[in-house]
Amino acid sequence: MWLTFLHMFHKRATIQYPEEKIKLPARWRGRIVLTRDPDMGERCVGCYLCAAACPVDCISLQATEDENGRRYPEFFRINFSRCIFCGYCEEACPTYAIQLIPDFEMGEYDRQNLVYEKKDLLIDGQGKYPGYNYYKVAGLAIGGKDKGEAENEEPPIDVKSLLP
Amino acid sequence: MSTLYIDGKPFEVSSGKNLLETCLSLGFDLPYFCWHPALGSVGACRQCAVKVYKDENDKRGRLIMSCMEPVTNNQLISIDDVEAKEFRDHVIEWLMTNHPHDCAVCDEGGSCHLQDMTVMTGHSYRKFTYKKRTYKNQQLGPFINHEMNRCIQCYRCVRFYKDYAGGKDLDAFASRNKVYFGRHEDGVLESEFSGNLAEVCPTGVFTDKTLKQHYTRKWDLTMAPSICQHCSLGCNIIAGERYGSLRMIANRYHGEVNGYFLCDRGRFGYEYVNAPTRLKIPVFQNGSTEDVNITRLLKQISSLKGSTIIGIGSPRASLESNYVLKKLVGESNFYLGVSETDYRLTNLILEILSKGPARPYSMKDVEESDAVFVLGEDLTNTAPMLALAVRQSVRQQPLKKVESAKISLWNDAAARELIQNEKGPLFLGTIAFTKLEDVATSTCHASPDDLARIGFAVAHLIDPGSSPVNELTELEKSLAQNIANTLLKAERPVVISGSSSGSDAVIKAAANISAALQKKKSNSGIVLVVPECNSLGLGLIGGQSLAKAFDESAKGKVEAAIILENDLYRHATLPAVDKFISSTKNIVVLDHTINATTRKATILIPTGTFAEADGTLVNNEGRAQRFFQVYEPANGIKESWRWLIQLSEGLLEKNFNHWKNQADVIQSLAKEIEIVKGVDTIVPPPHVRINGQRVPRQSHRYSGRTSMLANINVSESKPPEDSDSSMSYTMEGFRGQPPSSMIPFFWSPGWNSVQSVNKYQEEVGASLRGGDPGLRLFNPGQNNSVKYFETIPEKFEAVKGKLLAVPLHHIFGSEELSSKSDAVSKRIPQAYVIINGEDASSLQASEGEEIKFEIDGQSYQLPVKISKEIQKGVVGIPIGFADVPYADLPAWAILKT
Repeated sequence: MWLTFLHMFHKRATIQYPEEKIKLPARWRGRIVLTRDPDMGERCVGCYLCAAACPVDCISLQATEDENGRRYPEFFRINFSRCIFCGYCEEACPTYAIQLIPDFEMGEYDRQNLVYEKKDLLIDGQGKYPGYNYYKVAGLAIGGKDKGEAENEEPPIDVKSLLP
Repeated sequence: MSTLYIDGKPFEVSSGKNLLETCLSLGFDLPYFCWHPALGSVGACRQCAVKVYKDENDKRGRLIMSCMEPVTNNQLISIDDVEAKEFRDHVIEWLMTNHPHDCAVCDEGGSCHLQDMTVMTGHSYRKFTYKKRTYKNQQLGPFINHEMNRCIQCYRCVRFYKDYAGGKDLDAFASRNKVYFGRHEDGVLESEFSGNLAEVCPTGVFTDKTLKQHYTRKWDLTMAPSICQHCSLGCNIIAGERYGSLRMIANRYHGEVNGYFLCDRGRFGYEYVNAPTRLKIPVFQNGSTEDVNITRLLKQISSLKGSTIIGIGSPRASLESNYVLKKLVGESNFYLGVSETDYRLTNLILEILSKGPARPYSMKDVEESDAVFVLGEDLTNTAPMLALAVRQSVRQQPLKKVESAKISLWNDAAARELIQNEKGPLFLGTIAFTKLEDVATSTCHASPDDLARIGFAVAHLIDPGSSPVNELTELEKSLAQNIANTLLKAERPVVISGSSSGSDAVIKAAANISAALQKKKSNSGIVLVVPECNSLGLGLIGGQSLAKAFDESAKGKVEAAIILENDLYRHATLPAVDKFISSTKNIVVLDHTINATTRKATILIPTGTFAEADGTLVNNEGRAQRFFQVYEPANGIKESWRWLIQLSEGLLEKNFNHWKNQADVIQSLAKEIEIVKGVDTIVPPPHVRINGQRVPRQSHRYSGRTSMLANINVSESKPPEDSDSSMSYTMEGFRGQPPSSMIPFFWSPGWNSVQSVNKYQEEVGASLRGGDPGLRLFNPGQNNSVKYFETIPEKFEAVKGKLLAVPLHHIFGSEELSSKSDAVSKRIPQAYVIINGEDASSLQASEGEEIKFEIDGQSYQLPVKISKEIQKGVVGIPIGFADVPYADLPAWAILKT
């Protein structure tokens, strides 16, 4: 009884949600977004690793290419009614494109509305990992970055040269 | 047999092989790059190092490259030795110093040998901090994508392309760490086997460009074992689907048929399945697609009940579909939908193959034969993989020299060094130029009749019991003598011919040679190429010729015709088909692709392509092979035989609705037709389960199941069930190795790439575990009563004002379905005719100028190519081209001015 009485003076754990919002840490695993690189290009290159890593198979996409050879997803769909917010997709992503953000307010009356397409997922920012640009380190040539112009690359070899 | 001790454990292994393939056959994981089971060892990549010990007392051992070391008895080796492991790790680390950081955008990722080997050795971080070497890429045409940065310089591409497939336009350039693999300049890869580079290359330098258009990782494909439908050889393929469209074709190893490779027509000809020319709407009548449903359609068809219905079968439809159609319309109303010539020739070939005495050779047999005579067939264009097999056969005689020099046959660099340019005997007798000429001992270009005469002369020289040929020129005589002597000297001679020249005499001559050879030596063989993937199957089912159907219809006796997966305009002349169609009131067409015949249909039923159907095909050697449905098509599209069973409910009193699945149909067929007995046993029946489970068509990593259709409905629907086979359309099921006839994809733990096929074979390069799939229907016994064909054609004489039109085939363009595929259509040449220089000057036509002529009342106007490789008085016409009207060739072309 005494203990119960003492609790009356403790700091309250309950907050008045939704008037009052909970403060979530930056690495909290909530809603999934697709981010852009510093040049505002889509970071996702459609490598399918997030889809393969997903334990509930709720990610599907189709990779396609623009005229300059840059890959991006033609469609990117996450079925949040299946998602368990495990974060494996983020872990698998080689380009920091897919990220889980501290937002959980996704409730819907209709389950169909939990199917997010690329337009719902893609944000105009870099998310948690600023500064990373996959195509700047990858060997593939894309529009505006030819062979040998990526970080840590020699200029392309001249096959016809006999010089040592 | 010898005993090999690996890490202290004894194994019984066959001697003569190298350590690498022995270890792989035993199930050990040993990394390698430059070795390939079909290409042999060169010891270039240093990746397969193992330790060898002198004896039990030797504790230090020495490192050797296992691919270069033959197995000896009581040999002690170690794969797990620390030093060997470190060595392998270092090698891959060096290979990876320049490998670009682009697996995420690399098409090879997920089925990459380099990825597998890197994981296997344990290398993970790049310690080398200097800059990476880069290369410019090349445009290599519509089939192959080039990304040179990924190269690890294993040389497998040029070894396959140049040494194995005889290509001339891919090579290694530059030197030391700058070595570059490509063409001397941008341009289309000329070889018909360039697609194999995608599988031969252990990384993503060469990848499938058609897959890139709709890129899917290997683990995301729904795959099923299938059979290539683009020529009569019946190569085994794996077809992969994603999101309702067919994504790629890969090789499915078959020890007897296609081995490790496929031709480009087979690999890239699949796109017609997804093309806009596909019939996707279930039903349409008289051009309108409105207000049609299956019930109305079936009602309309059942209104035909009681009237005379004929059925026209197809050489590109499965045994099952043709059989059900024959049962539906009745024996007397079933017509094989092939031209008169094809009808005659196919029946002739069936007779030769089934009666013997020579054995029908498989492609593997051809590879191993030591003397080849090709008569009247341009193999590179009519049966490309057979041309590849012939290219290997010319190495057989020189390889005997290698053996006697005590060099192992797998020691590729040493063997080629010893052989140099030496080639075994290959004689070609063709109508016009053929690509095999660069490896041929001698080539002769002539009209079909003259080729047949040489063939008959060879047969007579081998066995004087066959009829002699009169009026041969000295040149022909000496050629025939040379061929006869060589074939007689060989241990495993083979005669290859076929129907592509349209001449009975050529096939009869080939049969005579093989019969004569068989009389003299028991190990000879014959290969006869037929026009389409199931030409022999259709012939086995049997029926009357198309011309008879046209006659019946002209008499007004035909009220309705059911045409099965067949464009009649490719098998009969335009006026004849038009007349047939106009005189027949109801034309019911079942097909999957829009063509000239479907446009004339009164009722059109869309059917499944090979990827959406189950069925059985009989290839040119009489091997019955089953192809499995890859995915369940949308819109209620069904296999033709399923539609026909459904139609039978409205048309017949005693219908076939007791046939519920493919197994029921094939069982009935096997019971009814004696010669195809056993065709129902080539795959396990659909009720069979392994450990209570089906064999899954999807890999265990298949992704997106709960999302791919969520845009339509978030509640996942039940996956389709397969009633025709014991395979499932899902990822759940038996995870071990399935029976050899139903391997949907090759995968083994740690081996994601196609190289995992090693794990599915009895031993490297041998048959699949449990025997290679399929059933050979013709096994002529030792039949000594040789009966020769006796009618020998007259010598061909050029006729004034006329040219003998002979068919020319093209790998890209002559086959109906592949021509509708986007990538293949880009490789189809312009229509042309080939004539001899003398004819050209008498016609006053120069190269590129058009000439006019008439065949069977149809007029042609085509640009001329002048060639000295075609006989005077003969004109070669490419067949199957859209702008070259069909004519039953050979026929006389009457020149017009």
